[in-house]
Amino acid sequence: MTSIEKHQSPVHTGTGEGLPERFDDPGLPPHEPRRGDLDPAADKTSERIVLALFGLSTLGTIGFLVAYFALPTGQDAATIQRSNMALGLALACALLGIGAAAIHWAKSIMNNHERVEDRHSVASSPEVREAAVANLVAGAQDSGISRRGLLKSALVGSLALFPLTIVVPLVGEVGENWDVASFKRTLWRKGLRLTTDPSGRPIKAADVTVGSIWHVIPEGLEEAPHPLDEKAKAVVIVMRLDQADLVEAPERRDWSHEGIVAYSKICTHVGCPVALYEKDSHHLLCPCHQSTFDVADGCRVVFGPAKRPLPQLPITVDDEGYLVAQSDFTEPIGPSFWDRLR
Amino acid sequence: MTATPTSRPGTRAPAPMVPPTRAARAAAGTADYLDQRTGIGLAVKGLARKLFPEHWSFMLGEIALYSFITLLLSGVFLTMFFVPSMNEVHYTGPWTALQGTQMSEAYASTLRLSFEVRGGLLMRQIHHWAALIFMAAIITHMMRVFFTGAFRKPREINWVIGFTLMVLGLAAGFSGYSLPDDVLSGNGLRITDGLMRGIPIIGTYASYFLFGGEFPGQDLIPRLFTVHVLLVPGLILALVGLHLAFVFLHKHTQFPGSGRSNTNVVGFPLFPVYVAKAGGFFFVVFGVIALMAGTMQINPVWNYGPYDPSPVSAGSQPDWYMLFLDGALRLMPGQVEWVIGTFTVPLNVLIPGMVVPGVLLGGLALYPFIEAYASGDRREHHVLDRPRNVPFRTAVGVSVLTAFLVLVLAGSNDLVATRFHLSINSITWVLRFALFVAPAIAFVLTKRICLALARRDREIVLHGHESARIVRFASGEYLEVHTPLDEHERWIRVQHDPVRPLEIAPAEDSRGVRRRGYAKDRRRQRLSRLFFEDRVEPVTPAELAAAQSHGAHDELPTSPGPDQLTGAVTGGDSPRTLGLDGATGARER
Repeated sequence: MTSIEKHQSPVHTGTGEGLPERFDDPGLPPHEPRRGDLDPAADKTSERIVLALFGLSTLGTIGFLVAYFALPTGQDAATIQRSNMALGLALACALLGIGAAAIHWAKSIMNNHERVEDRHSVASSPEVREAAVANLVAGAQDSGISRRGLLKSALVGSLALFPLTIVVPLVGEVGENWDVASFKRTLWRKGLRLTTDPSGRPIKAADVTVGSIWHVIPEGLEEAPHPLDEKAKAVVIVMRLDQADLVEAPERRDWSHEGIVAYSKICTHVGCPVALYEKDSHHLLCPCHQSTFDVADGCRVVFGPAKRPLPQLPITVDDEGYLVAQSDFTEPIGPSFWDRLR
Repeated sequence: MTATPTSRPGTRAPAPMVPPTRAARAAAGTADYLDQRTGIGLAVKGLARKLFPEHWSFMLGEIALYSFITLLLSGVFLTMFFVPSMNEVHYTGPWTALQGTQMSEAYASTLRLSFEVRGGLLMRQIHHWAALIFMAAIITHMMRVFFTGAFRKPREINWVIGFTLMVLGLAAGFSGYSLPDDVLSGNGLRITDGLMRGIPIIGTYASYFLFGGEFPGQDLIPRLFTVHVLLVPGLILALVGLHLAFVFLHKHTQFPGSGRSNTNVVGFPLFPVYVAKAGGFFFVVFGVIALMAGTMQINPVWNYGPYDPSPVSAGSQPDWYMLFLDGALRLMPGQVEWVIGTFTVPLNVLIPGMVVPGVLLGGLALYPFIEAYASGDRREHHVLDRPRNVPFRTAVGVSVLTAFLVLVLAGSNDLVATRFHLSINSITWVLRFALFVAPAIAFVLTKRICLALARRDREIVLHGHESARIVRFASGEYLEVHTPLDEHERWIRVQHDPVRPLEIAPAEDSRGVRRRGYAKDRRRQRLSRLFFEDRVEPVTPAELAAAQSHGAHDELPTSPGPDQLTGAVTGGDSPRTLGLDGATGARER
């Protein structure tokens, strides 16, 4: 890069002729003695302080052992906190005593004359570099690799291929069945009752009053092979709104029951449970990132980082007056992913 | 054991050939045994009296190291009792609030650690506090290295190693935070799942890769456990070793000062001074963490409950070092989730979740190389910069920190709303704008402040300190006496090399032929100007002489030297000040 050079000429050329371009380093300032260097009594005091600090540490260790044996963790928060605080304070004493003693020793008693050492460039000398290159060249010649091109390719090829023996089984097994389409299905199906979370009690439509919010799981969730996995997709919130407030899309008119609506509880942003309901404004708020959904208007996003409304679960009532699903969700629940629309 | 004031160098007694005591003989025997088998004598000879410069800010990295050792010690204790399993059990321990609750073995064993293992809660809290301090120390250490230019040649590789350690620290913190399998950390994992799914094409597979199938699955806790106790700490240990080896190899940087140059190290020897100071400091760091763990509750998972995909509590937040990511997610408006054909690209998740940390971290990792490219400087630097003397770098650093702080604040927007009774929507809108405006303001302000401080340095060097002593002359003119600087005071203000923008060869040579590579050089020059155009250069001896020669600066013609002058000024009204040449008066330039 010869076309780029450092601008070296000094910008300020002063009036003083014969002066150097830069100031000279005046050298180390004179050493200032500590009190203990001049006064033996002060030095003795420092030594006593160090001794006392080591003593404090020993007391801390003894205190820790006493607290360990004497204070049971017990059955309630109070006894646990008592034990924790006693052990913590004693341990802190034991450690801080040693630390403070060592540092005080270093600062007040040890020789505090600053010393100077030379630095050398990190790079090796040209001779060393030459010798290193010569060694590599000699080694390469000994191996014969430069004359045998096929050998080189074989070496590189086999080294590049062998990791597949670890990677292929790892990738094959680590995602279990790799059935990513299961993101699009939940336990909900036609006629499945809505039950309360976590007791699993079916919900009568008549019990859902205006302004209330119900946290809902599908009936028989516990019998599923992986209940938590299913619950993570199937949780629903049910609210009843004054029917006058409810704005419904024409194709969803029959998805609600007398103002009772059911929506997925999983946020369409990154999947937190949307759990905060403000009944006056009919707004649902996700406590993680504050996406806000308007329940009265099809859970449209009114604020925050989510884009899509919460998916609605079509519901109705069965012969006994219990809330049941009409089908599964009509779109994948939760956060967006590449092929959610396919 | 203690040294008395008489045992200073020079008065040391010659080493006796036969060790006088039994202990000394045993030590000599052990040393001989080891040296004959390891040749350790060479290392001890080279390292025992190796010098390290002293400054409080050099202890930030030490805090990181010592909190890491504290993490290892407390972590080993925790692994004795923690069960990394997602098998469901019914709780039967002493904590009555959760009696009979279904939970994973991981959560149940965390409760056992907290309530039934004596000292277990202390160790958990030590571990968690140490993790928070570990990250805080790493980041403040990085700030020190950044603002003082300690990353310059030959330390660029060590900067990258340190950067990698920070990323590994984040990974360690995140994987450990999730292990207790409580509601709070479980929601954090759910957010992670949401982030991963958003990645185009491979997102859903990435999520399956991590969780071993659908979220939350059965595999995650054991997998995170392996990551947390084996992979990440193993890598951190190896890289910490390398990081410190480079510190020894390069010898530590030093702050500028008289007697400190690029070709020397001024400081105290490793043995005994830093063995005592650094060794002692380990106990102080561990001790302070123990004090925090004994008196301040952290992560009381028994109040949160075991993980369940349904509940969540308001005001839930990650640990502080993840707040900026959570804040970015909160600030991003949702409109940018795009559907292209039938494919969904959730930019509202990808920008805050991948692009923001990518740019922030990538820029941090590459900064030394960018600055070296802009300055064209290929010399080694062992004397640190004073941040004021590199205004652009300092301003960039403060600007990035400001953006980071805005994101941290955004990660707490709900708490700000509830504590200060403000609308969450207004706070979010203010912070959305602040993310762009605040760093810009911070940049301009910081650069101005740096330039002003550097100008102030020049002024003090040229005109001396104001002495607050006013003298009136026979002519009626008033004058404040200025005290010239002593050479040590002056040196700190004039020692730095001015870094000027690159000069490039012209586009056409003498025969009018356009040269190749000119456009590239031009771009590089523009970058260089951005970095180094605005600067205040140090005073040169000629400038000082010029300033003094036009007599404006209280130069006392009879003054024999700065020391006596200082004495005269601090000693009250000295008759010599009356000899001032008051004709020109003392004015600021």
